[in-house]
Amino acid sequence: MPHDHHDHHDHLSPSGHPFRDDNDTPLSYWQRMEIAVRELMIEKGHVSPEEIALQIDAMDARNPANGAAVVARAWTDAEFRTRLLEDASEASREMGFDIGPMRLIAVENTADVHNLIVCTLCSCYPRNLLGLPPDWYKTRAYRSRAVIEPRAVLREFGLDLADDVQLRVHDSTADMRYIVLPARPEGTDGMDEAALAALVTRDSMIGTGLPRVP
Amino acid sequence: MADLVRVKTMMPPGHVRTPAYLRGKTGVVERVLGPFGNPEKLAYMLEADKQPLYRVRFTMREIWGEAAENPEDTLDAEIYAHWLERV
Repeated sequence: MPHDHHDHHDHLSPSGHPFRDDNDTPLSYWQRMEIAVRELMIEKGHVSPEEIALQIDAMDARNPANGAAVVARAWTDAEFRTRLLEDASEASREMGFDIGPMRLIAVENTADVHNLIVCTLCSCYPRNLLGLPPDWYKTRAYRSRAVIEPRAVLREFGLDLADDVQLRVHDSTADMRYIVLPARPEGTDGMDEAALAALVTRDSMIGTGLPRVP
Repeated sequence: MADLVRVKTMMPPGHVRTPAYLRGKTGVVERVLGPFGNPEKLAYMLEADKQPLYRVRFTMREIWGEAAENPEDTLDAEIYAHWLERV
């Protein structure tokens, strides 16, 4: 095949990003299988394209702000915090979030304990509350290093954990999903729930970060 | 189930939710969950037995020995009952 076409690979876009290759590579076996099953289910009337699009929209609408609202409620309402630590699924539903059948456990950061979430086997993540996980969460590097050298990983995220803080890593190996309840930052005494929620980052609910400080 | 448990060292093929790095390691039951359908059957659409699920807490010392980054740090994982034996 002649290679006389202009090749973008060595060039950057006007905004300085490398061009991404067109996705015109052949389909993998499982991509072909997904398309075949989807088309069959539509043909047989089990599901419509509109329903599939709505479901994708519903998942895309979930985002870390949902979790931030849950965290801020726990910071301001001691009884809610207790319920959250007992059953994070029910506590999330109580706030009106549709998390489907997800079984959620909240783990609490304190002055002595820091929690970190990983799924070494695949990419389990509390998607039904926080939306899709960040790409790095699914990489082999994060999934292996988070259990072998979690403190080194945290330092790369800018979090240098003191030696006297116990680190608890949670490997989401089976039916449960996890959210970190970060410790409420200092200097937030007068803040209301909405202002507090704005401090809660996605990474602080995975454990790779801390909430913002006002 | 005793509080102290060891993960079995078996290496069956298929869809197994017990990480290899924990096999043979001893930990403490943090809490009991479930029962849940056995994923080793569910993955193949076989009739699945229900298994209690245990959150087991291991020390990094137990998992990584001398190579542990901080021996007192811990790792929690969910392990199905049929993968655990009393210690």
